[in-house]
Amino acid sequence: MLFYFFAAVAILSGAYMVLTRNLLYAGFALLLTLLSVAAIYVLLFADFVAVTQLMVYVGGVLVLILFGIMLSSRVHDKSVMSENVNKGWGITISLLTLIGLCYTIWQTKFASLPWLQAASTDMLGAQKSTVQGIGIKLMTDFVLPFEIASLLLLIALIGAAYIATDKQEV
Amino acid sequence: MLAFVLTLVLLLGIVIVLAYAERKVAAFMQDRLGPTEAGPYGSLQSVLDVVKLLQKEDIIPAAADKKLFKLAPILIFAAVFAGFAVIPFAPELVPAGIGIGVFYLLAIISLDVVGLLMAGWGSNNKYAMLGAMRSVAQIVSYEIPAGLAILSVVMVCQSLDFQEISYQQGILLNRFSGLEFEQNWLFGIEALGIDTTKIGGITTWNIFRAPILLVAFVIYFIASLAESNRAPFDIPEAESELVAGFHVEYSGFRFAVLFLAEYSMMVLVSLVAVILFLGSWNTPLPNLTALKLANWTTGTIGGVSGILWGGFWLLSKTFVLLFLQLQIRWTYPRLRVDQLMHLCWKVLTPIALAVVLLAGIWRLLMI
Repeated sequence: MLFYFFAAVAILSGAYMVLTRNLLYAGFALLLTLLSVAAIYVLLFADFVAVTQLMVYVGGVLVLILFGIMLSSRVHDKSVMSENVNKGWGITISLLTLIGLCYTIWQTKFASLPWLQAASTDMLGAQKSTVQGIGIKLMTDFVLPFEIASLLLLIALIGAAYIATDKQEV
Repeated sequence: MLAFVLTLVLLLGIVIVLAYAERKVAAFMQDRLGPTEAGPYGSLQSVLDVVKLLQKEDIIPAAADKKLFKLAPILIFAAVFAGFAVIPFAPELVPAGIGIGVFYLLAIISLDVVGLLMAGWGSNNKYAMLGAMRSVAQIVSYEIPAGLAILSVVMVCQSLDFQEISYQQGILLNRFSGLEFEQNWLFGIEALGIDTTKIGGITTWNIFRAPILLVAFVIYFIASLAESNRAPFDIPEAESELVAGFHVEYSGFRFAVLFLAEYSMMVLVSLVAVILFLGSWNTPLPNLTALKLANWTTGTIGGVSGILWGGFWLLSKTFVLLFLQLQIRWTYPRLRVDQLMHLCWKVLTPIALAVVLLAGIWRLLMI
């Protein structure tokens, strides 16, 4: 029941985000979408993923987007509006993506997946949350991707700092 | 649902007391009397202020973005209030005891930032906009040293659950399921050979369990002042330059909600500081040989006396920190923007990173 409520909120706010012309409203609609997706994660017993979603997307990405919109708008006392360009290509690509996704989802027989059937029996076991499992996995099986991601972020950080500095020519 | 109502009522009570305390502390520090008329020693002043605010007309500026303007105060308060859901008030008494409470709290506070931007933009006022921008820049920056200080506690405690962290800091350590065979050592160093599990009191608070956390506590306290926009970090609402910051256009009920959210934020960050560093709901009095002070001032777990003692210690420690916040407001001058960023990025963040490393090493000494 709760799942359907949050799913409906996510879809409605997502649709509003795409359809509205006002970029700022789109940003705030994105907030609602992210929150309801986080709620769906909680219903799926993925508490860590839900909170990480809030932390990264609401606390980081969304604030950055809003800052960008607010600093670059109100040029002539008008809010930033989005415009339609490349209609033909846009419709084609999104339709193709939709068809591809639908085909994949139809092909997968969710009910017969082995890990899904096991999941219903041992949901979390003795653990109170998924943090311990995720932490151990990150430090053992997935340590290389984890470290590479952090290295990439560090490179991006240094690059951003370099671009933003005042280059005093000598 | 009951927890929601109880927490809200408790919070309203604390905020009213705090608003009164703020005016009285300010007055005494400036050699004035403060409110004296309403009630004995002016103690009804803040209650009457609330009543006055509720009666006022709800003005929405004609040029404001009406939808955002109306929504913003609710979003800001909801974000702060949602943080109280994971705060344990006594042993076995917590509104929502989720396993990743600390992480959840850090994430939910960042929702506050979106509300501030909404209020600043919706007001369509340059002072409000400037205030919101400054506020958001400040909160986002100071989340980093605060988060690192909290991370060092999490490393020492090996838990993201507020209730588990609370149990670790007192004589009830072995009563928490999963911690039955844990032991506390003086300063966390097993080699010293002094077992403080049964002594409890102040010796098992996190700042004594791992003295490096004392540094983390100072960093967290400074950062929490900035996160709740308190002086000396109050450039978002600097009265002398921005009139009142992001809430300059708000009046009546909506202003009351913003005011409540701001004071709730102060209470929330102080509660978190108490729980993570200052022993949560545990008594500060240790068991000394025959004088079982800690046992006497803890009560029976799960019973009425346990709840009363727990609530008493938690709230009194919180009020000490809140008093410190009020006192600092009238002691230090406001920081400039560049000083603010210098303090955050070049002083607090490097120290906090070093503390995280040292806390990890300390944890190795503790096992």
